[in-house]
Amino acid sequence: MTCDLWRSKLDAYVDSVCSAEDLANLEAHFRTCASCAAEALAGLRIKRMTQNAAARYSPSREFRLRIEESIQAKRKPGWTFAWRPAWLPGMGMAAAALAVGIVLIVVALTLGIQHTERGHALAELVDLHVATLASANPVDVISTDRHTVKPWFQGKLPFTFNLPELQNSSFKLLGGKVTYFEHSPGAQLLFQIRNHQLSVFIFQNRQETIPLSTGIATARELAFNVEAWSEGGLRYVVIGDASPADVHELGELMRSAK
Amino acid sequence: MPLFARLYNFAHWLAQDRIAAEDLVQETYMKALRGFSSFRQGTNFRAWMYRILRNTFLTSQTGLKTSALVSLDSDEGQTAEPAVAENPETVLLARVERETIQNALEELPVRFREIILLCDLEEMSYQEIGETLGIPMGTVMSRLSRARKSMRELLAARSQGAAR
Repeated sequence: MTCDLWRSKLDAYVDSVCSAEDLANLEAHFRTCASCAAEALAGLRIKRMTQNAAARYSPSREFRLRIEESIQAKRKPGWTFAWRPAWLPGMGMAAAALAVGIVLIVVALTLGIQHTERGHALAELVDLHVATLASANPVDVISTDRHTVKPWFQGKLPFTFNLPELQNSSFKLLGGKVTYFEHSPGAQLLFQIRNHQLSVFIFQNRQETIPLSTGIATARELAFNVEAWSEGGLRYVVIGDASPADVHELGELMRSAK
Repeated sequence: MPLFARLYNFAHWLAQDRIAAEDLVQETYMKALRGFSSFRQGTNFRAWMYRILRNTFLTSQTGLKTSALVSLDSDEGQTAEPAVAENPETVLLARVERETIQNALEELPVRFREIILLCDLEEMSYQEIGETLGIPMGTVMSRLSRARKSMRELLAARSQGAAR
């Protein structure tokens, strides 16, 4: 088979949709043809970089809220009228109770807005974590060595951070990549403990960002365990399906990193 | 909301503008809600949503301007060209940075940009891409091949420019 015929299969190879037979034949060909091997490597590299670079735009939380509101309105046309009982006018006690109810709702909403926004932010981070685990290339720098992973972020992020020494712990560093959250670049680090993979997100603390935590905050979001805290102008979020104790231990390790 | 952040990212890449992207996403959700009864259980929900978004884009002002320049289906009937063996090109491609990729994606015609995003970023199968774009598998493969070739040429040209 000529190189031209092999090259017509390179897209399928890069996208991991080759048949087992084509895959074996292609890999055998790469061992004897440096040119095709270089083409395949370049294709894989561009695919990975595109995956990373194309995750560029994220919706604002105002926009998310706006869409959620319009969906709610669309789902329940005329809801307000249907809900309002016909006997309400003229019912003094009921009207008073309604007024109290409204006041309570307003107070609850005011208190709840921040909670909802925090919930959205956590849900978005959980999405990023899940998407990473589902990806064929979860990280862009693959290394268990913190002295390899940390310098990889140089020039890619407007801040730096420390990674812990993991020699005496059950955690293993798998690598990292640049990710985007609320229009800002940040680091996503992937760790493993037993069969669980956990993400540590690190972003800059900016005035307009959603306060994920004051002090060390723990939460459960879609059954994932989450721990978040802010330190030195950065905010950290640990997310994973490991136990709350494991998530906390990784948080402690990150906080002790020098 | 399912797929919200990913649909927004895709919409922004298509429209290249924040406001237009927000309009596209909003209209997509509204159309999806209105037409949910037409969604057939057992078919691909993700492809259905992306298809609504893409069709909305094509009929939007920005989309009409784009499709007036180049027909979105202009590659039907063309055969895929194998990538050219150029070792200097692969050397240059190794130096490509994130920003260079983003600039090259912006420069690609929409029909190439969207197929690369669906395949590489959304990790859709060729079949899903076919469902989203409303084209047969063979066209998905030939268009993807041509899109990647254009992308590599743009990247190589940019890397060469930067190396000088």
